[in-house]
Amino acid sequence: MSNYKVDENGYYGKFGGAYIPEMLHPHIEELKNNFRHIIAEEEFQTEFSSLLKDYVGRPTPLYYASRMSELYQTNIYFKREDLNHTGAHKVNNTIGQILLAKRLGKTRIIAETGAGQHGVATATVCALMGLECIVYMGAKDVERQAPNVNRMKMLGAKVEAVHSGSKTLKDATNEAIRDWINNPDTYYLIGSVVGPHPYPEMVALFQSVISDEIKWQLKEKTGSEFPDAVIACVGGGSNAAGAFYHFTNHPNTRLIAVEAAGEGVNTGKSAATTALGSIGILHGSKSLMMQTVDGQIVEPHSISAGLDYPGIGPFHAHLYDTKRGEFYSATDEEAVKSAYELTKLEGIIPALETAHATAILKKLKFKKEENVVINLSGRGDKDLATYISYINE
Amino acid sequence: MNRLKKYFKNKVNTDTLNVYFTAGFPEINQTTEIIKALDVAGADIIELGIPFSDPLADGPTIQKSSETAIENGMTIEKLFEQLVNIRDETQIPIVLMGYLNPVIQYGVERFIKDAAKVGVDGFIFPDLPLIEFKHEWEDLLKKEDLSFSFLVTPETEASRIVELDKNSSGFLYAVASSSTTGSSKTSVVEEKTKNYLNKLKELNLDNPILAGFGIKDKKMYRMINSLCDGAIIGSAFITHIKKNGAASSSIQQFISSIKE
Repeated sequence: MSNYKVDENGYYGKFGGAYIPEMLHPHIEELKNNFRHIIAEEEFQTEFSSLLKDYVGRPTPLYYASRMSELYQTNIYFKREDLNHTGAHKVNNTIGQILLAKRLGKTRIIAETGAGQHGVATATVCALMGLECIVYMGAKDVERQAPNVNRMKMLGAKVEAVHSGSKTLKDATNEAIRDWINNPDTYYLIGSVVGPHPYPEMVALFQSVISDEIKWQLKEKTGSEFPDAVIACVGGGSNAAGAFYHFTNHPNTRLIAVEAAGEGVNTGKSAATTALGSIGILHGSKSLMMQTVDGQIVEPHSISAGLDYPGIGPFHAHLYDTKRGEFYSATDEEAVKSAYELTKLEGIIPALETAHATAILKKLKFKKEENVVINLSGRGDKDLATYISYINE
Repeated sequence: MNRLKKYFKNKVNTDTLNVYFTAGFPEINQTTEIIKALDVAGADIIELGIPFSDPLADGPTIQKSSETAIENGMTIEKLFEQLVNIRDETQIPIVLMGYLNPVIQYGVERFIKDAAKVGVDGFIFPDLPLIEFKHEWEDLLKKEDLSFSFLVTPETEASRIVELDKNSSGFLYAVASSSTTGSSKTSVVEEKTKNYLNKLKELNLDNPILAGFGIKDKKMYRMINSLCDGAIIGSAFITHIKKNGAASSSIQQFISSIKE
C-alpha cells in the first residue's frame, strides 16, 4: 500500500517540499523544528481539545440526511462542519495554529483569505488570544464577500485588500508571504493545505479531527467506522484533507474530491486544477497547478471565492497522481442548483464551496446500501447575495 | 572560464555595479539594447530577470515590471531568441534571475544548455532549494561552465552561509536586509547592514559577495562597495527607466548618478 504521509523532506510522493527564498528559511526552520514536539505536548493537546469542545462546539454532528438519501437512493450523511463557531471547518486549523504561535512567542499574526472564512476564523482566534491580526484578501474577494470583511473588522483584524494579479486568493497568499519576509517575527497562519513544508502537513493534522469524529460517529450509527465514500470540495484542499485523513490507508473508502469547474472545464473560466493543471511550483511547494505552457500561473474562475485557487495542496496532488483519490468538478450553475436542493430538502443552506461537493450526487451513482459521507464544510450565510442574484438572472 | 568568473578574477580595487532589469520591460524588444547601453554606461554585470506571474521575493516595482513583461509576451523561449547574437556585441557578464516554475515548464536541462549556447554566464533562482540544486542542477552547470548564486540574509546562520557559499560560484548574493526587493529597510545608517556584511567578510568565503535589495543611490552604492565586493541595483533602475525611458542616454544618466 502506498504511504500517504509526508516524508522527512516534506514530500507527498513527488509533491510538496519547500521552494522558498532564503529570507523565509529561518521562519520555516523554526516551524519545522518545533511544531511536532509542541503539538505532541500534553498541555497543548488538552488546550486544543478543550477549545474545540467548548469554544468551537465540537464534535460536530454526523447527520443522516433522510430526504436527500431518498432522492439519491443511497445513505447520505453530512458531517456538519457548518455548525462550527464562525461557520466553517477553517476554525479547527486556526485554533491549532494560534496555540502554536503563542508557544513560539509570536504576537503579530498574518493570514490570507479567499471567501473570508479563514480570515474570519483567524480574526476570531486572534481576538480570543489578544493578538494583532492582519488579513490579506484579494480586492475582488473583498467585494464579493462583504459580510465576512465586516466580521473580520468587527473582530479587530485589519483587512488588507490586494490589488495585484487576479486580485483573488492566489495574490492574497503572495502578499501574505511577502509580509512574512519583511516581518520575521510574525506568525503566518496559513489557511489551507498549501504552502511550503511543514504547512500542508500541519494544517492537515489540525483538520484531521473531522475524519477522526466521522469514524466513531459512523460506527455508532452503522456499526462500521468506514464509509464507502467520503466527498469533499477542494480549493486548496483543507476540508477534504481533514475529511480524508484517517481513511487514506483504507482502500475500501472512496475518497472523492470535487473541484470548481467554474463556467465549465473547457471554457477558460474554471478552477478545476486536476483537469487543467500540470506539475509546477507556487506558494512554496511543488504540486499541480493551472498554468500556461510558459509557466505563468493562470487566473482561475469560480463563483465560489474559497475554490478560486489555481492549485491544490501537495497531499491532494499525490492522491490524484496515485489514483487513490477520485477527482471530479462541478460548475457554478450545478453548485448553485445543488445548494437550493439541499436547502429545500434538508433545511440547510450550504456555503457555495460546499455546494460543489453536494452537486456531485447528480453525477455519481451510489448503491442503496452504501454509506456516503459528505463534508458539509461551511454554511451559506456569506453567500446569500450570490445565491439570490444568480437565481434572479 | 565564464565571463563572470573572469570578471572577478581580473578585478582590482574597483567598485562593482550589477544592474537588474526585467526582460521584456518596458518594451518587448528592448532587451539587447538595454544590455548594450548598460555595458557602455559602465555597469559591470547584468542581472536579467525572467518575468514570473507570482514573484514572491519581489516588492511592488519588480512585480509590476514582471506583469508588464508578461503582457508584452516575454517568455524564456523569446528571451533566448533575443540573446542569440548578444556575444557578437558585448562581453559583459550576464546572469539570469527568476523563479523556478517557468524553468520547470521549459525543462531544466534544456534551459541550462540553451542559456549556455547564447552566452549566459550564471543564474539566480531564489526558490530553488539546495537539495534540488545538488540533485538536478549542479552537474549540468559544471558541464556548461555556468555559475549559480545562492542568497544569504542577515538571519542566515554562519554554518549555512558557508554551505551556500560552497555551492555557489561566480558570486554569493547577500540580501542586505530581511525584506522583499526595493525595500526601504536597507539604509546607510543601518548598523545591522554593516555588521552583517562585516560578518560575511570574516567568514573568508570562497566567492566574492555582492549585496542587493533596497540599494538605490550613490551613497548606498558606495557604502556597500566599501563593505563587500559590489552592489546590485534593481528596483531603482526599473523605476528610472519607467519614468525616463530606456534610451541609452537615460541609462547613461542613471549609471552616472550612481557611479560618478
